[in-house]
Amino acid sequence: MKQSIVHFHPGGPLLALVGNPNCGKTALFNLLTGSRQKVANYAGVTVERKEGKLTTPAGKALRVLDLPGTYSLHPRSPDERVTHDVLYGRAIGEKRPDLVVCVVDATNLRRSLRLVLSVKRLGLPCVVAVNMQDLGRARGLHLDLEALSLELGLPVVGTVGIKGGGDASLRVLLDEPELWRRTMLPAAADAPTPSSDGDHDLVRAMLKRLALDDLVPHTLSDRLDRVLLHPVVGPVLLTLILFFIFQAVFSWSAVPMDAIKEATAWLGTAVGALLPGDGAMGWVRSLVVDGVIAGAGGVVVFLPQIIILFFFILVLEETGYLPRAAFLLDRLMGGVGLSGRSFIPLLSSFACAIPGIMATRSIANPRDRLVTIMIAPLMTCSARLPVYALLIGAFIPSRTVWGAFEQQGLVLFALYVVGIAGSLAVAWVLKRFTARGQVRTLMMELPNYHLPNVRNVAIGLWQRVVIFMKRVGGVILVLTIALWFLASFPGAPPGATQSAIEYSLAGQLGHALAVVFEPIGFNWQISIALVPGLAAREVAVSSLATVYALSSTAQDAAQALSPLIARSWSLATALSLLAWYVFAPQCLSTLATVKRETGGWTMPLIMAGYLFGLAYVASFITYRMAVWLGAG
Amino acid sequence: MDFGLTLATAPVGRAFTVRQVAIPETAPEWASQLADIGFLPGERVAVMARGMPGNDPLVVRIGTSTFALRAAEAACVLIDPVLLAESAEVAARPPTTTAQVGSR
Repeated sequence: MKQSIVHFHPGGPLLALVGNPNCGKTALFNLLTGSRQKVANYAGVTVERKEGKLTTPAGKALRVLDLPGTYSLHPRSPDERVTHDVLYGRAIGEKRPDLVVCVVDATNLRRSLRLVLSVKRLGLPCVVAVNMQDLGRARGLHLDLEALSLELGLPVVGTVGIKGGGDASLRVLLDEPELWRRTMLPAAADAPTPSSDGDHDLVRAMLKRLALDDLVPHTLSDRLDRVLLHPVVGPVLLTLILFFIFQAVFSWSAVPMDAIKEATAWLGTAVGALLPGDGAMGWVRSLVVDGVIAGAGGVVVFLPQIIILFFFILVLEETGYLPRAAFLLDRLMGGVGLSGRSFIPLLSSFACAIPGIMATRSIANPRDRLVTIMIAPLMTCSARLPVYALLIGAFIPSRTVWGAFEQQGLVLFALYVVGIAGSLAVAWVLKRFTARGQVRTLMMELPNYHLPNVRNVAIGLWQRVVIFMKRVGGVILVLTIALWFLASFPGAPPGATQSAIEYSLAGQLGHALAVVFEPIGFNWQISIALVPGLAAREVAVSSLATVYALSSTAQDAAQALSPLIARSWSLATALSLLAWYVFAPQCLSTLATVKRETGGWTMPLIMAGYLFGLAYVASFITYRMAVWLGAG
Repeated sequence: MDFGLTLATAPVGRAFTVRQVAIPETAPEWASQLADIGFLPGERVAVMARGMPGNDPLVVRIGTSTFALRAAEAACVLIDPVLLAESAEVAARPPTTTAQVGSR
């Protein structure tokens, strides 16, 4: 049965950019459309869809679609499938483009031109934009665009994707009405069966006639690779780079994060003062201050870390280093049944699992992608840090061990290591059960190195931030409000002696959960705090403060809590809670993202099940061991 | 002349040409994938780096681009030393292949 789909296309002719990966296509797209871009998904698949608006010199308004990069029209990943479907006019909800701009890398003509020939055979009006001509010239390539145009039977223009004005000749060409009417010439090569078998020979012959068949390698890239991909030096440098990024993510973000927390607290107090505090309207104030403002603040507070981490990832991606990092780690990841391509999503997960899970889209193998999604929450995300900081501060004495190391820092480091080790173990177990007979393909291009372009990094950063805020913002906000409701109703009866939260639905739930958590050393106060902590892990800290009837602003909560829990909890309980937080899926937004990315409830339920199970077992072992060692 | 050389065992830094791509039965999709990224008969190849533990994966230059291939993928690419291949190419290539394109 076929579903009928209502096609709705906004006005204006549609222009599609097609090209190999790393041909400078997205840089050209950024140049053509500037900030007038919309990022969404293609219908039914989690492939990023980028559309922008372009106005030609004559004032013609065009829609520009940046299709995923592809090596050929034989798709091998969901991304390439989209390009294929759009060009054939088969993509759901997509109009077939009115004009195709084939972006060609001047330094990589053979491969690029084979794709041009396949696109040409589709019978769509087609223009060739030769990108990176500046690089080609620097390497001694002299490309005659007119001769190439004659050879291909297509209009050819030169573009420079990274320079302002580098797209001028293409913009001018787009105003020629003849271009859009152009139909393919019925040449012998355009036989009815679209086979690309002869293209290789055609392209070779073409390049020979254009005197372009000499191969000029990029010697600077080769020299850099000799160092960066060196079997010993390469991994050491990668470790240093990653270490530097981590340092930057945590040290640079401290100031803006504190500022955001203070601003949230200030806003809460200011707005709270404006609203009536007692009587029947008291709950409105509580909802606005503790629900909406605290919830929004809880989302925004992660932005500094996410922006810094994404900045580095984008810069590494722009320079061409990121695939090399994946190359260096491929062997290690292969040991647990994954490929180097899983590295980037897992790296992102150290800031937050949600962008990490969204980044798994670039993994072509569906099994590898699923396994990467499953282990992403085990990377220590920044939301765990407030919880870790509270417990370590309260229970681990600050002193220097082994001459140089700070004991509290060592414990924090150990928690990171336990998370990574746990994820490797899970991946290894999944490899034993699901990877049999799987053929894993690497075939990953290592593009030439080049300096990152400020404009491209800025646009990429902006788009990721917007996506994060849309995805996460909504979910966390709704959950925070829902959990505020659970923690506030029903209110405490008159003459109550306990804190109000104990009488609420969350409190009742916590008391019920305490039975389950008793064997791993959690008291009922912890059990209650875990419930609101599901909205976002760090909320558990302010919830604990509420349970212990302290003020609910997050910042002084931790300071006041620390001595309190140090007195009333045993060390075994604290260690058990740390172990719990390493593994437990205490983040409903992550599960919601997994549901969206995998298209169903099966995977998020499996994930929640296995992570809770793992957390319980880890906490149980930790607690029992600690009690046995005398820390109970 | 058959030297039985594949890209997986080729010495680092020496130029070769692709003779043929032979795909194992377990991974039929590799044929078109390797062709798409440029592993086609007559193309220049060289191993740029190896030395990850177990020589896997390796860095390969194909045409003007650089790819990381797993050893199993590289083993599918049969190669000839470059000088022998060039003389063989001249002899083997029919002169008609170049005639069709420019004629529009």
